[in-house]
Amino acid sequence: MNRIKILIVEPAEVVVEGLSTFLGDQPRFAVLSPAYGTERLTERIVGAHPDVIVVNPTLIDNPGTLRDDAPQASVVALVYQYVEPWRLKAYDAVIDIRMNRAAMVDILAGVAQNEQQADGNAESASYELSRRETDVLVLVAKGLTNKEIAEQLSVSVHTVISHRKNIMHKTGIKSVAGLTVYAMLNNLIDDTTLV
Amino acid sequence: MAKDFLYDSTSKMSDLISNHPELVMMLPRLDMALGFGDRSIGDVCRRHGVDADFFLLMCNVYTNDNYVPTGQTLDDIDMSRLVDYLRRSHNYYMGKRLPHIEGHLQHIATTMPDKAAKAFMKFFATYKSEVGAHFAYEEQHVFPHIEALQQCKSDDTYQMSSFIDTHSNIEDKLDDLLQIIFKYLPEQATGDDAISVVHDILMLSHDLRKHALIEEKILVPYVTRLERSMA
Repeated sequence: MNRIKILIVEPAEVVVEGLSTFLGDQPRFAVLSPAYGTERLTERIVGAHPDVIVVNPTLIDNPGTLRDDAPQASVVALVYQYVEPWRLKAYDAVIDIRMNRAAMVDILAGVAQNEQQADGNAESASYELSRRETDVLVLVAKGLTNKEIAEQLSVSVHTVISHRKNIMHKTGIKSVAGLTVYAMLNNLIDDTTLV
Repeated sequence: MAKDFLYDSTSKMSDLISNHPELVMMLPRLDMALGFGDRSIGDVCRRHGVDADFFLLMCNVYTNDNYVPTGQTLDDIDMSRLVDYLRRSHNYYMGKRLPHIEGHLQHIATTMPDKAAKAFMKFFATYKSEVGAHFAYEEQHVFPHIEALQQCKSDDTYQMSSFIDTHSNIEDKLDDLLQIIFKYLPEQATGDDAISVVHDILMLSHDLRKHALIEEKILVPYVTRLERSMA
């Protein structure tokens, strides 16, 4: 089985270091290089394909935004101060910094496994376009440039390019004209939106 | 020279074609007919007025993607049939293969929702006109340039380096079409026509890739050397 890729998103270096050490010596985990904030986070997630994102819930409004970028990943809240309980409900799991190593490992391994079972097959989910990729595809099919797409979706051009690479990889279609036909056949656009 | 080739002019033509059936595509473009019995490659070539070394060079590039002929090989071989071969390939693609594929696609499109069918056919029509423009450029600029060089006239101003700069890939969009038909056609549209057209596109795409290899490994270095020798 492939190792579970874990991305830690947490501003406090001491916490990141400690958690990385905790998880890093587990052979079934691969701890990715951490993100200390949400800046360029989408690019990291799209590029690194983590299986589990461990995030400080005070950094983001809700985990749904991360799931848009990484539909395959579980999102786990990392808690060491008071967080309103309703906020934590949206996460796949919660780990508290006061837990011991074994408890944390169990929770992370558990959510990763649930995700795989939910997909039926760990591989299959990643072949479908994510919601974000579909958004990008529709704009590509309408003939927008990378820069225009980036502005419209409020992401960087780099992120748009990452999404486009994933779209090409998944669909096997390289030309804009081909993607337009794809979008039409899948009822993502109709010809009134075409120029 | 014989060491470059798996087959030489004394090999049996029928062995060559049996082992590489895709080479039958080349025969009509060189005015060579089937029914060659048990004659050798050299014998069949002679009967049809084709230089056997040229024929073997083409076969070798066609069947072996890693083969790169040496400059010396290109200098020594009679290339008088090369442009004619490429021109006839173009006619075959534009006049026969693409219209044939288009016919299948039109049939498939009748089983699709109107708007999707329109987009689908438009994609192919655009592809066809791009391929047409690609070939027309070669026929209007590149081929006359080569023919002038071959007749030792270098009065035209075209340079092969501009061909290298502008030469684009025409197989990619065909692959896109294949992906769309393979993966994204509505299920009711995937009858016999879809299977036939997948087969047709695969064959055409293979042949176009070989066509590009012939241009890249024979045409371009050959003409570049000719230009240099005339300068």
